[in-house]
Amino acid sequence: MDRRDFLKIVGISTATGAATLYGCKPKTETAAASGELGPVPTDKMTYRSYPSLGDDKVSILGYGCMRWPTIPNPEGRGEIIDQDAVNELVDYALAHGVNYFDTSPVYVQGWSEKSTGIALKRHPRESYYIATKLSNFSNASRENSMAMYRHSFEELQVDYIDYYLLHSVGNGRTLKQRYIDNGMMDFLMEERKAGRIRRLGFSFHGSQEGFDEMLSYHDQYHWDFVQIQLNYVDWNESNAKGLYESLEKYQIPGIIMEPLLGGRLSKLPDHIVGRLKQKSPESSVASWAFRFAGTPKMILTVLSGMTYMEHLQDNIRTYSPLVPLTEEEKEFLYETGRLIKQYPTIPCNDCKYCMPCPYGIDIPAILVHYNKCVNEGNIPESQQDENYRKARQAFLVGYDRSVPKLRQANHCIGCNQCSKNCPQRINIPRQLHRIDDFVEKLKQNIL
Amino acid sequence: MLRKTRIILAAIFFVGITLLFLDFTGTLHTWFGWMAKVQFLPAILALNVGVVGVLALLTFLFGRLYCSVICPLGVMQDLFAWLGKKAKKNRYSYSPEKKWLRYIMLVLFIISLLVGGGVLAKLIAPYSAYGRIANNLLAPLWQWGNNGLAYLAERADSYAFYETEVWIKSGITFGIAVATLLIISILAWRNGRTYCNTICPVGTVLGFVSRFSWLKPVIDTSKCNGCGLCARNCKAACINSKEHSIDYSRCVACMDCIGNCKKGAISYVHRPAKASSTEEPQTQPVDTSRRSFLTTTAVVAATTAIKAQEKKVDGGLAVIEDKVAPERQTHLVPPGALSARNFAQHCTACQLCVSACPNGVLTPSTSLTRLMQPEMTYERGYCRPECTKCSDVCPTGAIRPITREDKSSTQIGHAVWIKKNCIPLTNGDSCGNCARHCPTGAIQMVPSEEGNRRSPRIPVINVERCIGCGACEHLCPARPFSAIYVEGHERHKEV
Repeated sequence: MDRRDFLKIVGISTATGAATLYGCKPKTETAAASGELGPVPTDKMTYRSYPSLGDDKVSILGYGCMRWPTIPNPEGRGEIIDQDAVNELVDYALAHGVNYFDTSPVYVQGWSEKSTGIALKRHPRESYYIATKLSNFSNASRENSMAMYRHSFEELQVDYIDYYLLHSVGNGRTLKQRYIDNGMMDFLMEERKAGRIRRLGFSFHGSQEGFDEMLSYHDQYHWDFVQIQLNYVDWNESNAKGLYESLEKYQIPGIIMEPLLGGRLSKLPDHIVGRLKQKSPESSVASWAFRFAGTPKMILTVLSGMTYMEHLQDNIRTYSPLVPLTEEEKEFLYETGRLIKQYPTIPCNDCKYCMPCPYGIDIPAILVHYNKCVNEGNIPESQQDENYRKARQAFLVGYDRSVPKLRQANHCIGCNQCSKNCPQRINIPRQLHRIDDFVEKLKQNIL
Repeated sequence: MLRKTRIILAAIFFVGITLLFLDFTGTLHTWFGWMAKVQFLPAILALNVGVVGVLALLTFLFGRLYCSVICPLGVMQDLFAWLGKKAKKNRYSYSPEKKWLRYIMLVLFIISLLVGGGVLAKLIAPYSAYGRIANNLLAPLWQWGNNGLAYLAERADSYAFYETEVWIKSGITFGIAVATLLIISILAWRNGRTYCNTICPVGTVLGFVSRFSWLKPVIDTSKCNGCGLCARNCKAACINSKEHSIDYSRCVACMDCIGNCKKGAISYVHRPAKASSTEEPQTQPVDTSRRSFLTTTAVVAATTAIKAQEKKVDGGLAVIEDKVAPERQTHLVPPGALSARNFAQHCTACQLCVSACPNGVLTPSTSLTRLMQPEMTYERGYCRPECTKCSDVCPTGAIRPITREDKSSTQIGHAVWIKKNCIPLTNGDSCGNCARHCPTGAIQMVPSEEGNRRSPRIPVINVERCIGCGACEHLCPARPFSAIYVEGHERHKEV
């Protein structure tokens, strides 16, 4: 069993455990939930609304359905979604004021929509907003795109979709290729008119120029909302600030993805954790990232792919209600972001878009392990390093635990089919070969 | 006292040697490695004159102490005999020496050895027979135990234990180990040291010497009342109590008879026997050695099967087909073996190197002429440049000690490209994983079409620089058959 499987199972058992504690009766919070922290509030969630979005009142915490818990498939190979755990998480989220659920036909090996649909079907349709996407990456033909659109309604068991997104667009060229040339854009506009799509927008990964190009279509298509990557590292160190300012200019509500960089902003090097904790000992490390993402006025909701109950609870606390950051706190986070950026972590958010690798490499597991070792100081630079032996052991043994031998970086042939799918623009083969070189040096003791 | 000393020493040797076969980390070899090197047959094959001389002297002085203390198969038989004695007391009786059988076996054994790679010699050689039992039957239990600990360590976020793969390296060798264990344990249970005194060639050879040993158990006829208790408890069946004689060629100097004699009529002395028994007081108490050893094995056995190997494939991951071994015209033997011939002549198929190989490269051969002798294959790993474990542990000189530097310049084979499997040509993906991982830089990637620089790049091998380590073969993405494989060389050479 590798580390990820273990984490998944632990996650499931925590989730189940938590659910048995809390059930779906938020009124009778038990002592365990109260404790020092006090009960998880049920009625304090911050909501956002904008004139352009009519009566929509969206919780500032949105549920990202990209990281649902999975369990080993009882019928043998592979894994399946742990539907019981998903139901419990969804119930808990709704009971505590979360009302926005963001999925896609390609998430969790294609099972996310169905699973999310099953969980939400058990609640009144008007009690939540559902968002899904036209993820026509592999085949952008009209037939395929149309089939994907129709299939989403079946999987989600709904007759309208609240928020519909063009999935991961980077500039006008991709918009043209995947949505204009095949006539889908016109079709989706018609669907919006007919009410089967209530709001139409796009999710964005790319440069400022590409973004401005996309927004220039606003007159033509009227984007109801736009989904961007924003967090306190990317604000200055990448282009998040510019993207947000463009949204302000156009007065388009923004939805935030990667507020926590796939967990990287909660799994930080010790001294940065210390720095954040010193500032506010009782707040979680993650809460800083969520407050940052929720503070700007044009933000409709902040998405978090919460696999574990404790993450859901922590985020609900952070946003019940949201305490906006002061200018001083913002400055503090910008500086923190600058410090984080100095660490040579690879900007992988474990989204698994690169998977499956045709040669069987477990790309995210390798990069996540590497980042973990960076943060824990287990990437020795030479044998003269004080902790060389310990770090070497931790890196190599941990590597074998996190990634089965046949899925490790030395099997990457560099075909480069993965890189084009990476929203973070990582040159994956180059990183894998670099890690492999490092592993080889550790193994041979020639660092 | 003599008996207790013998038991304690035997326990130390037995546990030490067994651990050599179990320890896959290679740390214990620093401490116990010599225990394998002082084994009689390996020492002879390694032409280790010093060790053979010392063993001969030891036998000349003390009788076949070697069989009771140093030989792990002997001690293992004592273990089963002890259990047998618990089931039925005074179960043995004197039987005359079966000279013809012993000598025929010895002659056959020597012929088999001289022929080179003789299967019979490997089958009956005591140390290698035990090695196969330990490697095939005990090591998996040990590894499962370790994996259980690794499982716990992982949860405790400790890196003290790491998981190891448990797999049967060769069905035939496994079967032979099971058969050997069954036959020998049943013989030992019922009749004590039958194998040692009829079949074992080492027992026969040492028996020549021990006939004339300086110290030996002697029956004092003036004290003996002829009760026969000594004979009925002699696992070597070598005491003729009626004639007050002991067959010293079969006596393994276990000292059991000395303790058993109620009259104190047997003493371990230089012949002729003196009437007075002058036992030297030995300062080695503790009667628990044997018991504690048994507890250790019981604990090892109990910690097995806590966790089975999990090799399930994540649904989001492409299925990886297992590699299939190519048909090598010449088989591969590790650096340090010098040549296939040298290896075959010295190897007793004890599997110590198979146990020690951390990369899963060494597996016992299934070919009839080299049955059970290890050979290299690269489906599970390749011969890594930093590793010289097999040459460190080999007690017989089949794999001579070699340094990392020498190993990296010893050519044991050369890589051969198989065009029809090569990924850049079969599906157009650019690759070059073989060239990227070749430790000697013997592989370079060149355009497959002359003059067309944009054509798919294929590997070409500079055979002069290739050492045959198998990195290319193991890391080749083509499955189940690699597009590059290593062909063995009869004689190794420096490159």
